[in-house]
Amino acid sequence: MRKYLTALIAALVAMAGLVGSVVPASANHEIVIGLQCDRTGATQIVGTVLCPGFHDYIALVNSKGGVEGHKIKALEIDHEYKVPPGVEAYERHKKEGAVTMAIYGTPHIYALAAKLTEDRLPGTSPGFGSAAAADGTRYPYIFPIAATYWSQGAAAVDFAKKQLGGSLKGKKIAFLFYDNPAGREPIEVIEDLAAKEEFQLKTFAVPPPGVEMGAQVLDIAQRFRADYVIAHLFGGAPGVSIKEFKRVGYPLRKVVSFVWGAAEANIEAGGGFGVAEGYYAMQFAGVGKDYPVLNEIREMYKKQGKPAPKEMDSTVFYNRGVLIGALHVEAIRNALKAKPDGKITGEDTKKGFEKINNFTLGGLVPPLKITATDHEGGGLVQIWQVKDGKFVKVTDWYAAYQDVVAKHIKESGKK
Amino acid sequence: MIHRECGVLKTTYEADMALYPLPIAKYTVAALAIVFFVVIPLMLHEYFLSIANLVWISVIGALGLNILVGYTGQVSIGHGAFMSVGAYTAANFVTRLDSPWPVNLLAGGLMAALVGAIVGIPSLRIKGLYLAIATLAGQLIIEWTINHVTFISGGVQASIEVPRPRLGPYVVASQHAMYYFLLSFVVLAIVGTMNLMRSRVGRAFIAIRDQDIAAEIIGINIFRYKLLAFAISSFYAGVTGVLYTYYLGIANYEQFQIGVSIDYLAMIIIGGLGSVLGSIFGAAFVTLLPIVIRYAMEAFSGVLFSQATVHNLIPALRLTLFGALIIVFLVLEPEGLNRLWRNIRSYFRVWPFAY
Repeated sequence: MRKYLTALIAALVAMAGLVGSVVPASANHEIVIGLQCDRTGATQIVGTVLCPGFHDYIALVNSKGGVEGHKIKALEIDHEYKVPPGVEAYERHKKEGAVTMAIYGTPHIYALAAKLTEDRLPGTSPGFGSAAAADGTRYPYIFPIAATYWSQGAAAVDFAKKQLGGSLKGKKIAFLFYDNPAGREPIEVIEDLAAKEEFQLKTFAVPPPGVEMGAQVLDIAQRFRADYVIAHLFGGAPGVSIKEFKRVGYPLRKVVSFVWGAAEANIEAGGGFGVAEGYYAMQFAGVGKDYPVLNEIREMYKKQGKPAPKEMDSTVFYNRGVLIGALHVEAIRNALKAKPDGKITGEDTKKGFEKINNFTLGGLVPPLKITATDHEGGGLVQIWQVKDGKFVKVTDWYAAYQDVVAKHIKESGKK
Repeated sequence: MIHRECGVLKTTYEADMALYPLPIAKYTVAALAIVFFVVIPLMLHEYFLSIANLVWISVIGALGLNILVGYTGQVSIGHGAFMSVGAYTAANFVTRLDSPWPVNLLAGGLMAALVGAIVGIPSLRIKGLYLAIATLAGQLIIEWTINHVTFISGGVQASIEVPRPRLGPYVVASQHAMYYFLLSFVVLAIVGTMNLMRSRVGRAFIAIRDQDIAAEIIGINIFRYKLLAFAISSFYAGVTGVLYTYYLGIANYEQFQIGVSIDYLAMIIIGGLGSVLGSIFGAAFVTLLPIVIRYAMEAFSGVLFSQATVHNLIPALRLTLFGALIIVFLVLEPEGLNRLWRNIRSYFRVWPFAY
């Protein structure tokens, strides 16, 4: 026992020494971005690819001399998709002097909403989080910066309408969703559109963890006989849905998925591109390797004598990481233009976000127009289809039924 | 707690049950109070206080769970859900009645106690693993209900924003203010638990844990005390949920899912079942260890690996190390950190002489 105790005390002292020796980042010349990631938790399928994309873009910016002469530092903290570590990560980022935060996870953006506003630090929630946060007057420091679930729902209905010959009157549309708050959020908008376009809507809930949906899919295909399916699933669930639709023989060209069931990883989990032929996927960042910024990143790696990272092959999530990084850098750039001495605060980057207009990064980013009132930037998406082993672009950037979405944002503000 | 005693021979029950076993214990407690109420908040950066606040919240929850699991011997995998009951009760009180925080806190705790007692009813017939599964069902049912009944959850997002608590004209918003706010509840919870365990009720709990048939024979109403244990324990859980809601400014059911129940069970098992100090150690250990590991790895892994590898490595290694360290501590001392602490104390009691 004594030996154990001595060893234990020695270990504790050593650990205390370690903690003491950590050198805090010097905040003098660098602009810090707080980056929350999930590389180990429930959505690691996203985080392990998205976060390298973010870092590579920051490295690219720094290799070109930084933003207006200032280097950028992205401080990543992994929170395992749990809320308390996310809160801790936020406070750590604040301590390190971060002027903008890339939050990851719907529960996290909810948990941090009050703090972001109190501390006057802008936080982004691209493609997830509360759709009502698009209202910049009500949530001044939260920036969805990509299509919210409401805009995605509206865009999906519009796409189904075009696919079904321009009218949805009397058609049957099934909404297959993950049964959690994020999954249910778009229902109210889609219900509104069902009344407007006079289609019959039926919702099918998939209970967490979303690996069992045989009954729902069978119901959609054989009892309800849906003319079109809008799927809104997360994590491993999209892959399961592809398998199940294939199994019951429902054509995947009649399925359009929201943005979190739209990546190469989801298709591969569903049995590969051969199986998923025809599947439509909604995107808030460009897909594929053919963008100037990605060539520059590959060039940067070549100069360092390294091969391009393997994450670049998973283009959907990687490009989203690049998009998120790029929008943060743009906000910082705008802030620095207003304050060239580099002493920018969260308020300056907030204003910087609100100046982002038509910044496209060669087509990888939609032509967003973020303003003080609209933090979503237009709700633009593209639809891509699985065809011959890869994603093929079907539509250009578009947004649909923005009047209906705006009405819901306004109503939620009144509550 | 950290004083050295010798030659203590207790001759009365009163002396044996006293909160302060020796006069010096009073000074230790006073010193600890000064450290936690004055030194720490004045010395440490806001960031470290935010971590301390997360620890305080877990301490209250762990104490509550320990009353049930450690002292009464009934398992619960439903404490995350009881916390959400407290959180949503308080949030609804705020938004519908605009009531002040003490009312919300009490209402949240009482509602959780009621729900906890109901979920605890199967404990009268079943024990051990079977009870664990019954409380697991409670967790899932409560989760589902909050998720789907918009009267409780306040809309499909199942999130209700609450204003910061006010003490007269003062708003508890900064981490400093929150530190004092939460710490005062930690003190209440610790004193409450210690006193509960010195009372007739506490002794009844322990009797039920050790041998429930024997307890019944000596005249303890098993029905009443088992449900009471569930109610008191859930009251603590409800209060934890309310405090967490005030800490974050929002009640959101995704903060109270089954993983949370398991985390709290881990805390009390690592800390030591059936001990107040163990609950505190366990809560601190489970909350702080991942953070400490990350700091250590940030400082050293850059020497060995490239930046991109480090980003992938830190979270993965942190999880592995966290698991490994828990196993190490449990193998080292199966009765938890509390026992380890007592061993260290008895080692130093005679130090530097071995005998």
